[in-house]
Amino acid sequence: MSADPSVARPLRAPVRSRHGGAVYPAQSFEERMAAVEFRVGTRPHITVDAAVCRSCTTKACVSACPADLFAPTADGGILFNYEQCFECGTCYQVCNGAGAITWTYPDGGHGVVFHHG
Amino acid sequence: MAELVVPPSGESVPFRFDAVVVGAGPAGSAAALALARAGRSVALVERGPFPGSKNVYGGVVYGRVLDPIVPRWWEEVPVERWVVRRSTMVVTGSQSLSVDYRTQTWGDAPYNGMTTLRARFDRWLADKAVEAGATLVTSTVATGLRRDARGRVAGVVTDRPDGELAASVVVACDGVNSFLAKEAGLLPRTAPEHLTLGVKEVLDLPPATIDERFGVGRTEGVDMEVLGGTGGIAGGGFLYTNTASVSVGAVLSLPQLAASGTRPEAVIAELKAHPTIEPLLRGGRLREYSAHLIPEGGYDTMPPLAADGLLVAGDAAALTLAAGIWLEGVNFAIASGWAAGQAAARALASGDCSAAGLASYRADLEGQFVLADHKRFRAAPGLVLSDRVQNRYPEMLCDLVEQLFTVANPEPKPGGWQVLRRTAARHGIPLRQLAADALRAARIFG
Repeated sequence: MSADPSVARPLRAPVRSRHGGAVYPAQSFEERMAAVEFRVGTRPHITVDAAVCRSCTTKACVSACPADLFAPTADGGILFNYEQCFECGTCYQVCNGAGAITWTYPDGGHGVVFHHG
Repeated sequence: MAELVVPPSGESVPFRFDAVVVGAGPAGSAAALALARAGRSVALVERGPFPGSKNVYGGVVYGRVLDPIVPRWWEEVPVERWVVRRSTMVVTGSQSLSVDYRTQTWGDAPYNGMTTLRARFDRWLADKAVEAGATLVTSTVATGLRRDARGRVAGVVTDRPDGELAASVVVACDGVNSFLAKEAGLLPRTAPEHLTLGVKEVLDLPPATIDERFGVGRTEGVDMEVLGGTGGIAGGGFLYTNTASVSVGAVLSLPQLAASGTRPEAVIAELKAHPTIEPLLRGGRLREYSAHLIPEGGYDTMPPLAADGLLVAGDAAALTLAAGIWLEGVNFAIASGWAAGQAAARALASGDCSAAGLASYRADLEGQFVLADHKRFRAAPGLVLSDRVQNRYPEMLCDLVEQLFTVANPEPKPGGWQVLRRTAARHGIPLRQLAADALRAARIFG
């Protein structure tokens, strides 16, 4: 399955603390990611074998990826976007189906550039 | 910065160095510096466009480890603020209990801990290695190990055209995902149970606002650790002050995060909304959002530190200390990298870069804090990440203190033991369980 940068991400709801007090304004995930510099390479450094994903019961990558790069598809597969990746490795570490996600570093000089890490 | 000139295409002879260090984080730069100071030719290979560009940390760099490496380092290190206040906070949704320690001693040389930005700190340390003669090669991924005819590690393969680097010894400081240590069979491909995910927001605030809210002077800073505010996922929250921003985030058990279905940024949002934390961050504008894995498994999950022609240091060797109130990583990276570089230099001098020839590395680490602390606190991750410590004790502790300080006149004040018994019972924790955990904690930390 190829990378799809157009995976839609919903606007997050305003955050309310458990005691019902402070509320933070809604911040879209796009706004959050716009604060991060990415020098996007041409080679996708993540590949996903959607055939394995279709038999995966957890799809943990979808919720655990801090960059929200993975989205389930109607047919039970996974759509992903490699372009705004933090290169943390969470996706392949939590991947339930052996070999569904292959993950390498982006080519030298590409990928995320943290300035306040 | 020195740049490697790639030989023209078709050239079959690889560049040759005495040593190749992979990763220009604190471990790698310290290793390259030690090798360069020993008069060895060394390449320091970094996949990012500059050292620190891929790196994230969670609060404090303890600098005393630099004493033997860069004399009077505090006069030149790119510090944000010197930590003079350390606060450990236990929270529930609407309560918080803090142990807040402050000392002005930490605000004077040689200091204790500093906050910094890794893009500056890591570059500063890498520049030290370059000044000593190391060749820094940025924007280059070491994609694999190079082996000699006898199967010993003999350099690295890079993603540059004809970019093979030959060396008698490789120091893998390539971070928590260390593909080199994995290729060498020293680390398992995946081990989520020994990993946490750190997610962090950096929020811009005027320096004067930070000074006022945290009660510090312009060069002074605060580090806060939070237990119980991570939505039932084992881990912890953190908050620390930079010069003109505050960093806030959470460290989350990877398997528990995955099982919870919770999104990592939602945990930060909840932490930020806590009534004790929200006023500290109010009005802060998001400057950067970041994430990084942390190897928190401790001593029992460390890989072998040496193979023929190969040493492993820093996060690649799982040397992050996550022992409850002590959360350290950069200092362990620097010390292990420095020791690895020195051991590699000794092995090169003796002409034996086999695992046996490199064994002085481990012996060195065992003789100092790096492995001594890890060994001492080897059982800490299990206790610290247990359900009781993570979820039930924070609630019980906050309730206990609330009972003590709530004046319920005309009811007379209850006795301390009575409050403890009542609170423990209400939270379903038998007193003998409490005693057993206290004993366990005393054994681990005592």
